[in-house]
Amino acid sequence: MLVKIIPNEFNPWKYLQEHELQAGKFGATATFIGTMRDYNVGDTVKSMFLEHYPNMTEKHLQKISNIALQRWDILDTLIIHRVGEILPGDNIVLVAAWAGHRAPAFEACRFLMEELKAKAPFWKRETLVNNEVRWVDAN
Amino acid sequence: MVTIKFFASLREEVGKNEVQIEAGEQLTIAKIWNQVCDGIPLPNHVLMAINMEYTDLNSLVKDGDEVAFFPPVTGG
Repeated sequence: MLVKIIPNEFNPWKYLQEHELQAGKFGATATFIGTMRDYNVGDTVKSMFLEHYPNMTEKHLQKISNIALQRWDILDTLIIHRVGEILPGDNIVLVAAWAGHRAPAFEACRFLMEELKAKAPFWKRETLVNNEVRWVDAN
Repeated sequence: MVTIKFFASLREEVGKNEVQIEAGEQLTIAKIWNQVCDGIPLPNHVLMAINMEYTDLNSLVKDGDEVAFFPPVTGG
């Protein structure tokens, strides 16, 4: 299990390769990558700042990873999440689950992403093209 | 002492980032909000944590605890 909060742009494919198990030991990798859009609720967004609660965020992501590892027949999990200043097109989050078969990999990956969205302490503040700054209040 | 932290839009609404108060007897999260937030009503949907675990308004807080108030989360 790996949970990482990073302040810089990241390449999700590199993280997946680095964290992958030994070839032949797994049969399924389910992944989700969330990427920043340049629009939100009808407005054009220039940039976004992602705030988190240092240590609580990591702790919460480790907790949901442990739940997934106990609940499904999976081999490993990975969660990478950006914080700080983000631009449209940047990757925000990578979630992955490895398993022997596709069903538990898909289900665990979906669970991790939904739990992250519901309870992991992150907050988005976006800057529009007209320089208006606003907190995102819907997830 | 008890450390109280505020995050994101709530930090701006309350006008505080972090404060410390004495830990009194039977100190609950609700009492802390009233004591620290100068009569600002608790907004709906505010989330709260003690020592980085989600909790509720009636939870008791003890000396050395870290309490946090924050708005609904918007990660991912």
